[in-house]
Order: sequence, then structure tokens, then C-alpha cells
Amino acid sequence: MAKTKVLERKPLSLAERTYLPQIASGLKTTLGNMLKPNVTLQYPEERPVIPENYRGVPTLVRDPEGREKCVSCQLCEFVCPPKAIRITPGEISEGSDTEHVEKAPEEFEINMLRCIYCGLCQEVCPEEAIFLQDIFSVSGYSREEMINKKDKLYELGGTLPDRHRKWDKKKAAEINGPAHH
Amino acid sequence: MDWIPNFLLPFFYAVTMIVAVMTIAGYSVLAERKVSGWIQHRVGPNRTALPIVGSIPIIGPFLTKLGIFQPLADGLKFLFKEDIMPGHVRKGYYFAAPIIALVPALTTMVVLPFGQYVDADGVTQPLVLANVDIGILFILAVSSLGVYGIVLAGWSANSKYPFLGGIRSSAQMVSYELAMGLSILPVFMWAAAPGADYGLSLYGVVRSQDGLWLGIWQPISAMIFLIAVFAESNRLPFDMAESETDLVGGFHTEYGSFKFGLFFVAEYAHIVIGSAVFVLLFMGGWNFLPFVASPWPDGVIGAVLSVLWFLFKIFAMIFFFIWVRWTLPRFRYDQVMRLGWNILLPLAVGNLIFNALLIAIHDRL
Repeated sequence: MAKTKVLERKPLSLAERTYLPQIASGLKTTLGNMLKPNVTLQYPEERPVIPENYRGVPTLVRDPEGREKCVSCQLCEFVCPPKAIRITPGEISEGSDTEHVEKAPEEFEINMLRCIYCGLCQEVCPEEAIFLQDIFSVSGYSREEMINKKDKLYELGGTLPDRHRKWDKKKAAEINGPAHH
Repeated sequence: MDWIPNFLLPFFYAVTMIVAVMTIAGYSVLAERKVSGWIQHRVGPNRTALPIVGSIPIIGPFLTKLGIFQPLADGLKFLFKEDIMPGHVRKGYYFAAPIIALVPALTTMVVLPFGQYVDADGVTQPLVLANVDIGILFILAVSSLGVYGIVLAGWSANSKYPFLGGIRSSAQMVSYELAMGLSILPVFMWAAAPGADYGLSLYGVVRSQDGLWLGIWQPISAMIFLIAVFAESNRLPFDMAESETDLVGGFHTEYGSFKFGLFFVAEYAHIVIGSAVFVLLFMGGWNFLPFVASPWPDGVIGAVLSVLWFLFKIFAMIFFFIWVRWTLPRFRYDQVMRLGWNILLPLAVGNLIFNALLIAIHDRL
């Protein structure tokens, strides 16, 4: 058994029994707290700094040329745990500049009432077309309003830099022949 | 003010005084919310804006941020709320209680001097509605009537928590009234010595503090009086009557809308009046600093400055009330009683005897 040491409790001194010195030191503490700068953020006017890699509202992004990146492979739709994403795949018409990509979403819906902001869609996307960005406050008056359609998703997503330029390289390879042999 | 007929002047002064005290009471509610916020690292009310005043470029947002318009919104809220009357209350007393709580709080200000005016002949006159000789007796007598409002409210509500609140607060107020009365006796024994010009008038007490303030050389009286004022105005750490946690609001549990608003205003009016009395008795009233009684010029300017300085001291006291509220936890009921009867009362009696002996020795020398 652990050895215990019983501390002797000293009787209160006269100053302590009047409580007045204690009250004075308490007043000092509260005054010190009052004079400290406060950290309140006046929310709607001031916005918090959103760190990078924040998982906000999922959005669709375009590449620097303004082309759609999504090829409607539907991986995100399948991986989405709460089944918030619904994609209607469509074809890219022949003769278009990006004909070789073959597919693009005809309709892309993310139901923000279902979304759990897990970020699996961003992780799974082979085209880096869907990103959870810095929007954190979503509101609407009806359920329909809370479903983000394709236009809205692109509007929210904007354009992000593209390091790979996968489809440009593929097109160049088709024309010039394979790069290595 | 020649345009007002003479017989209307008292009414004019009275209305002005009521407006002033009510405004200070209203803004001490704001001060309470603001200072509470600051002490807890919040910002307090800073959104309420008036339509036109609030949109003046720099001043408007500044005032809004200070919450200057908040008391108006609070008052209007109380005024326009649905006036619910529970079915089980005693109607007559239920309606009378808030009024009985507010009236004594406002009546005491009749005898409160708030400044001095040196007229053209060099005669110093007090600024007061009624400069009666028994000023402090009047205040003690009338302000203790305020407990009837609370007791009636607690009883007429006809349910157990308000009843407990009423009982507690009446016991508390009766206990501390004794210590309060005894604590200020030495003050008047010194200030109103035989042959002095003033009896128990508050103006005389302030005049006697030209030199040293009474709070400095009668610290025990000042301390007992201050503690008793806290208890009498039902402020933390003595808020037995409300006891937010164990009595869910205490005596005003069954009250809503403007009747609750009246209790609220009465409570703050008590704080204002209590602060004013403490400043008059122990902190030199409108005297500038100890030994520097009135450095301001004679005439109207000096009068205004003395009133402003007096108000400044009152505001400092109100700030102290709020500051203590966020520092000390509430006493238990038996602790309140023990402090009142076992400590403050004997201390006040001892202080009285000590001062009486001191005066006796002083007179022999």
C-alpha cells in the first residue's frame, strides 16, 4: 500500500478569517482579467482565417484554361458514405477541343443536407476535380435549395492551378507518338 | 428658469431628478452587462442601433459598439411583452408589490444632495430637493420599506420558491439594517457634534469632510456600511432573494414583462441610491480630493463641476458593485445570518463605543 502523508491543516490566521485580504486578491484577479485584451471575433463582419486543407463545402473546379476537369467517372458518387453525390454522366460531343476526354458530367448534384464533409470524394478523385474548400456556412430556405447543382458547384469551386495537365499530355502523345520507347 | 411659475418649480425639479436617477439606473443595467462581459472576456451588448443616430458616420458605430442604445431596447422589450398573470396569485398584492418595491427606492432621492452652488453673495448652498435636517434618518427609514415589495411579491406569488426568496430577503434586510444604522452613528457623532451647524443632514456630513474624508479615518464604519449596502440592495454576494440557482429567480419567479421590469429598475435604483449615500457619508461627496475641497470656480460652472464629480464617484461605486459581483460567490443563508448578527453587529457596537470613548477623551483634553 502506498504510503500516505497526512498534511496538517493549519488554523486560519486572523487576516484570513476576516476574508478581506482574500477578497482583495480576488478583486485583483477579476480586474486583471477585465484588462486583458479579449479574443472575440465579430463574426459576420470579421471572418476567421481558414487554414489550408480545410474541409469545407465540396466544390467542382476548372483547370487554368477554364475547362471542366470532372470526367464523370462516378468514383466520388460510389465512395460517398452518406450518398450525397449524384452524377448523370454525359458525352463530350465530337469535334470539340477536349474530344479525347470523352466524358463530362451532364448533371452533378451534391446534397448538402446529406454531406458529412468527410473529404473522401476529394481523396478518391483521379482527376483532382472535386475539392473541399473554405466555405463553412451553408443555409437555405428549402430542401431543394440545399442541393448544389453543377453550375453552383463550379461557381463555388472556381479555378485551381493544375500541376499535371494530364489531358494535354495525352493529346500531345496522340499526335507526336509515345514519349519513350 | 423664469418661464416656469414658482409653484411649478418643485415639480420641475422633482421630474428632472426622477429622470436623472432612472437614466442612471437604466445605464447601470448596461454597465452591468458591459462590465460583466469585460470581466468574462466577452464584449457585452454591441449590436443595438437606433435608425438615424446609429448611421452617423463615426459616432454612430462607436455608440452602437458601446451599447448605448441597449437600455432603450431593453425597456421597450419589457413594455411590449405579453403581461401574463398566473392564475394562482393573490391579485391585489401581486400588482402592488412591484410598485411598493420601486417607490421607496425613488423616494429616498428627495433628500440626497448632489452638489453645491456658491451664489453671488458667496453663500454656499446645497443642490438638493429637500435639505431636511434628518436626511440620513429619512433614507434609512424609507429605504427599508423596500423590503415590503419583495416580501409581498414572494407571498402573493403563492408558490414555494418566491415564498422562500421573500422570507430570506426579509430576514437578511432586517439583520443588516441594524448593523447599517449602528455603523453610521459614529460618523454623525463626529460630524454633528454639539454646536455644529448641521444635524443629521447629509449636506452637513459632506461639509464636514472638507479635510479628511470619513472613509479614511472611520474605515470600520465605512466597511460595515459598505457590506450592509451590498446586503440591503440584494447584490451578490448577498443575493439571497434571487438565488438564481436554488430559487429560480426567487421573489420574482412569477413576474413577467413590465412588472418584472419594475423590480429590475428598483434593484438598480437601490444600487444607485446606496452608492450615492456611501459617497456622501464616506467618500467626501462632491469634495474633489481629501484636503482639496472644491478647486472649481464659484457660480454655475462650479456647481456643474461639483455635480459631475459627485456623479463620477457614484459611477465608480456602481462599477465596484459590479466588480464584486463577478469576484465573490454567494453566501449560504446561514453564513449571511452569522455574518450579520455575529460579526457585523458586534463590530458596529464596538466601533460605536470606541468612538464614544474617543469623543469623551477628546472633549476632556
